[in-house]
Amino acid sequence: VVDLLDRKLLFVTGKGGVGKTTIAAALGLLAASKGKRTLVCELDAKGDLAASFEAGPTSFEQRLVVPPDLWAMSMDAEASLRQYLALQLRLGKGAHIGPIARMFDFVASAAPGVREIVTVGKLCWEVRERHYDMVVVDAVASGHIIGQLAAPQAVNQLVHVGPVRQQTAEMMEILSDKSVSGVLVVATPEEMPVTETLELVGRLEAETTVNLAAVVVNRVLPELFSTREEQVFEALSEPTAMAIADAELGGPVQPLLEAARLMVKMRRSRTTHLERLREQLSRGTPVLYVPYLFLRSYGLRATHQIAASLAAELES
Amino acid sequence: MSPRQATRGLEALLAAKEIAVVCGPGGVGKTSVAAAAAAMAAWHQGGKVLVLTVDPARRLADALGLANTTDLAQRVPEEAFRRAGASPRGELWAAMLDTKQSWDRLVARHAPDAATASRILANPLYRNISERFVQSHDYMAVERLYELHSEGTYDLIVVDTPPTRSAVDFLLAPERMADFFTSRLLRLLAAPYRSRFVDVAARPFYYVADKVLGSQFLEDITEFFILFQTMSDGFVARAQQVRRLLSDRRTTFLVVSTLEAAPVHEAEAFMRLLPVKGLNLGALVLNRVLPGYLLAEGLEERAGELGNKASELAERLCSEAMKGAEVSQVARVLHEVGSNFSNIALVARREAGQRAELASLPGTTSSVPELEQDVHDLAGVLSLGRHIWS
Repeated sequence: VVDLLDRKLLFVTGKGGVGKTTIAAALGLLAASKGKRTLVCELDAKGDLAASFEAGPTSFEQRLVVPPDLWAMSMDAEASLRQYLALQLRLGKGAHIGPIARMFDFVASAAPGVREIVTVGKLCWEVRERHYDMVVVDAVASGHIIGQLAAPQAVNQLVHVGPVRQQTAEMMEILSDKSVSGVLVVATPEEMPVTETLELVGRLEAETTVNLAAVVVNRVLPELFSTREEQVFEALSEPTAMAIADAELGGPVQPLLEAARLMVKMRRSRTTHLERLREQLSRGTPVLYVPYLFLRSYGLRATHQIAASLAAELES
Repeated sequence: MSPRQATRGLEALLAAKEIAVVCGPGGVGKTSVAAAAAAMAAWHQGGKVLVLTVDPARRLADALGLANTTDLAQRVPEEAFRRAGASPRGELWAAMLDTKQSWDRLVARHAPDAATASRILANPLYRNISERFVQSHDYMAVERLYELHSEGTYDLIVVDTPPTRSAVDFLLAPERMADFFTSRLLRLLAAPYRSRFVDVAARPFYYVADKVLGSQFLEDITEFFILFQTMSDGFVARAQQVRRLLSDRRTTFLVVSTLEAAPVHEAEAFMRLLPVKGLNLGALVLNRVLPGYLLAEGLEERAGELGNKASELAERLCSEAMKGAEVSQVARVLHEVGSNFSNIALVARREAGQRAELASLPGTTSSVPELEQDVHDLAGVLSLGRHIWS
């Protein structure tokens, strides 16, 4: 098993709404805190990545967001294509490739894989040129990630000669090398996120050559009581016990107990999904747990806390 | 304010509609809400109600009788309602979306002849598009909806939308499809090879395409697009019809969200976009909402008090009521109850803040509490349904 932070290119994916962006941001922060020059790249520019660092909007131009080592960017497939063409056609900076770039939107929505290939191509290029020690990708959701990771292969099969064939072969090499690249799947302990995670893990193996680096279970609720404490808790809910507590607190204790019961139930309903995940993942897969954060809002502080949880999980 | 106040249900809304499009950010429970709305309509309003789902959770699929994955509609047996303690006035039908099959049917419909249709179906680029092309899922969901609606078999169709990169993509799908078929690119690619170098403006495009992709691949693409363009008129007309159906008064949009920050942000943007696009926002369904009592006045102070007084209260409890319990253990439990309340109340307040922001937008709002179990049978579907219905 390759250490997670030793990879050069990490795609963070998962079902929509599980907290991919936060986990990708925290991983970037963690890698950078270990002195690695790190780039975090958001693929669908919703702006959530910028919020995780509280560092203003990100763009295709890489920007230092948390000094000294953490950089961020958001992918822009059109800008990426323009950069590629400029390199490819050996044009100087600012050369006129406007007409081609303008057509990009049509090209991207028409020719299968174009958007995917220029995106993955840019990321592989950053890795190959050794601009960073680590590139963390806040990638597309689990439904779309296979298409993205398999794009170099698909295009390689369609194109028989020329630079694209060679370049896609290089991309495949980077993606297939598990000491270099990996996929990190984020799940929450709920039915659909776990189901999608297991399906994705199977498809990654069957349809791509990219290695599964780890599964992160996000928003794990706290376990309030041990089995014996749970008995104590039940005894507290007896009328005589509650009456004593009510008198002591100057008001009913019942809503406080109710809230604890709610938390126990929520945790319990999630535990079955956690167990299913653990059972069905192959034994060697690293699984990291990140607790639910009881915070007023999400920002750099939350990202730091999650980075700390990940660090603790990686060390244990 | 309790979350149950200020809420109204979907009952009145759906009584006058033929199509309900359930949409919203990923991971908020759209599929369950779609199934619940359809099941409640079949139960209480009668008629034939169809829920068109996209990749439902296995157990929900089982609950709806969709064990075998076909995109043909199947009736949810009345027996399943009876087991759940309901006797429905109408019929509940369910179908799953199969993007590939929908594409194939569309090609068969719009191709000028059977030979062209089979050449398109056999083309490797077509297979790539129909299976991988992300936006095609969005388009096929609305396309299938149109097809089912025009058959006229159902009184109400509730459609669950596919997971998109952003909820907005789904709305724009018909326009994008029409744009694609009328695009300059398609014309360029479908142009006869010889005439290409006559068009001065397009010359750099061919130059680059040739240099980067190689001429063989370009010819493969060209062949495909020439075939595809034969379907252009049909596709464009169809996309416009689909668009009209979505903005029809008989169609309503139900936006589903949780009260977590990121989904609320996306749902809000979506709700603002609907009227701009001429689409009717019917209701906002807030899923997995924490109960309102957590926000009651004075409780947080009481929770803090419980933490502070944990030791002395534990001693009193052990001597007066909980004979045999260990004082330190009781104290720890009390402490935990106190700090748990502070945690959970913080989330409830965060949710209330998000909720207040959404309240400025029009439409019915209903709330579904965090349910103890995932929806895995019709009884579960209906118990979710009760929260959104009236």
